[in-house]
Amino acid sequence: MTTSPISGTARTFGDNIDTDVIVPGKYLVYDLPEIAKHVMDGVRPGFADEISHGDVIVGGRNFGTGSSREMAPRGLQAAGIAAIVAKSFARIFFRNCINVGLAPVECADADLVQEGQTVSIDLAAGRVTIVDTGQVLDAVALPEEIGEILAAGGMENYLAARLARPTS
Amino acid sequence: MPMTIAQKIIARAAGCEVVQPDDVLWADVDIAMMHDSSGPRRIWPALERLGVGVWDPDRIVLVCDHYVPANNVAAAEILQTTRHFAKAFGITRFHEAQGIAHTLMVEKGYARPGELYLGSDSHTCTAGVLGCLALGVGSTDILGVVTTGRTWLRVPHTIRIRVGGQLRLGVTAKDLILHIIGDKGMDGALYQVLEFTGSAIDALSIQERSVLTNMCAEIGAKTGVVPCDALTVDHFASLGVDVEPGPFSDADAEFSATWIFDGHAIEPVVARPDRHDDVVPISDLGGPPVSRAYIGSCTGAKYEDLAMAAEVLRGRRVADGVLLQVAPASRAALQQAMSDGTAQALMDAGAHLLSTGCGACPGIGAGVLAAGEVAISTTNRNFRGRMGSPDSSLYLGSPYSVAAAAVAGSIVDPRQFVGGNP
Repeated sequence: MTTSPISGTARTFGDNIDTDVIVPGKYLVYDLPEIAKHVMDGVRPGFADEISHGDVIVGGRNFGTGSSREMAPRGLQAAGIAAIVAKSFARIFFRNCINVGLAPVECADADLVQEGQTVSIDLAAGRVTIVDTGQVLDAVALPEEIGEILAAGGMENYLAARLARPTS
Repeated sequence: MPMTIAQKIIARAAGCEVVQPDDVLWADVDIAMMHDSSGPRRIWPALERLGVGVWDPDRIVLVCDHYVPANNVAAAEILQTTRHFAKAFGITRFHEAQGIAHTLMVEKGYARPGELYLGSDSHTCTAGVLGCLALGVGSTDILGVVTTGRTWLRVPHTIRIRVGGQLRLGVTAKDLILHIIGDKGMDGALYQVLEFTGSAIDALSIQERSVLTNMCAEIGAKTGVVPCDALTVDHFASLGVDVEPGPFSDADAEFSATWIFDGHAIEPVVARPDRHDDVVPISDLGGPPVSRAYIGSCTGAKYEDLAMAAEVLRGRRVADGVLLQVAPASRAALQQAMSDGTAQALMDAGAHLLSTGCGACPGIGAGVLAAGEVAISTTNRNFRGRMGSPDSSLYLGSPYSVAAAAVAGSIVDPRQFVGGNP
């Protein structure tokens, strides 16, 4: 897997952050740029305006639970979020992250990261480092088959390469 | 090697003799579903960029349910795009305003026992009631499926649920699954398959069983499955389709856990606002007043749900200050309710009948909630703001409980209205 390391400022959230609060249903009628202005409105109104490009969301258990709406990870990505670290992910949200090229990092000790700290993520090694303290947290390394899709920048790019070479 | 239903279905779809839990592999999909919200509007531009068509138009089901009926121009355009896609790609199983996708998949038997079915919606798991492996995914995952017919999977572990005894009068599958979710938590089955067995499950109708598989999304499960039995075979026979019972998990297959419940001990329950795993018996609730009662969604507005509500409402009136709204889960459900007096009973009691579709459940269609409103609903989720304002409050309950609350003006044990013993 060739995904390069990611480093950014941690923006922390709790357990069971659901896709209805990440992108409330009323915004789904709109296109991505508009949706990106409202991410996390259901739990932290105004959050989209506070994001600096390259920030990393750090969540608790079952991040992204609920509706399958892919606009949840797409909206976060379009708003500038570079990766999501969580204790565990809801399965569809996890898949959606891979498919849109936003790294989902499963890290049992994610709750040790504090708001505003800088985290550095090594996806291939399965490692999250809190740069401020030097603390190194174990994360789940992605299986190669899935890492390939993420490394391609998401499912569409992955498909483009495969469909262009149907015999591969 | 002994395998669970999920392993057997994935092994067949992946062309392997044996698959082990946690294996990551690519598999051939038997049938795919997408709807107006997650489907063509999201994937058609990508299909054009990729310069490809669809893998098999006869194995793609396309349903307009989220934005039906359109109440603004943007919604009308989403529906139009979906319609144009069906025509452009020759999708024959296209349904607009006929019902909610998950309800149609079961009614029409589109997913068969033993098949691998992927749909771009989290409640795709509903069809697991037909003995298939029904997996919810997002839009780009379904893009991969409709272009190649394949998808990647992590082979899941399976939790076996055994519900003994029988549910009592006035107690429904909704009460049972809410009880299970309350007991195990909203991530209690993360990444795993729930397999429903036991005498209380055997005794339930297909529609009631489908409430169990539907709400597997609310416990974090990959999906739920009810093995195809004589009742499932009869359901397919009524559609003119011949299927065999099974597949079944091998007796010595490895389950990650077995959860045992006593059907007789289940009471009418509700989930309290903002968390569908905050589940309490109605008898412990203290009768909170409600101003809105909503019967809708793939979970709670099938024909039998409407009939349960009518059982409570027949000869009674919706209380002053309460608005009872009913959005049937399908056209067929409404037609059956019209033909046997069920719909008349709802209307006579004062219900406001809405169009079939996802409606207010995802906060998109008619019937959403204002700040300060307190509602009880037959739907599946009560995340903050799910059905409208983030400052509304939403309880989840059975059709009996929602109808009973509409009559009483507060959440009460519905068994007093249907002859059950509290």
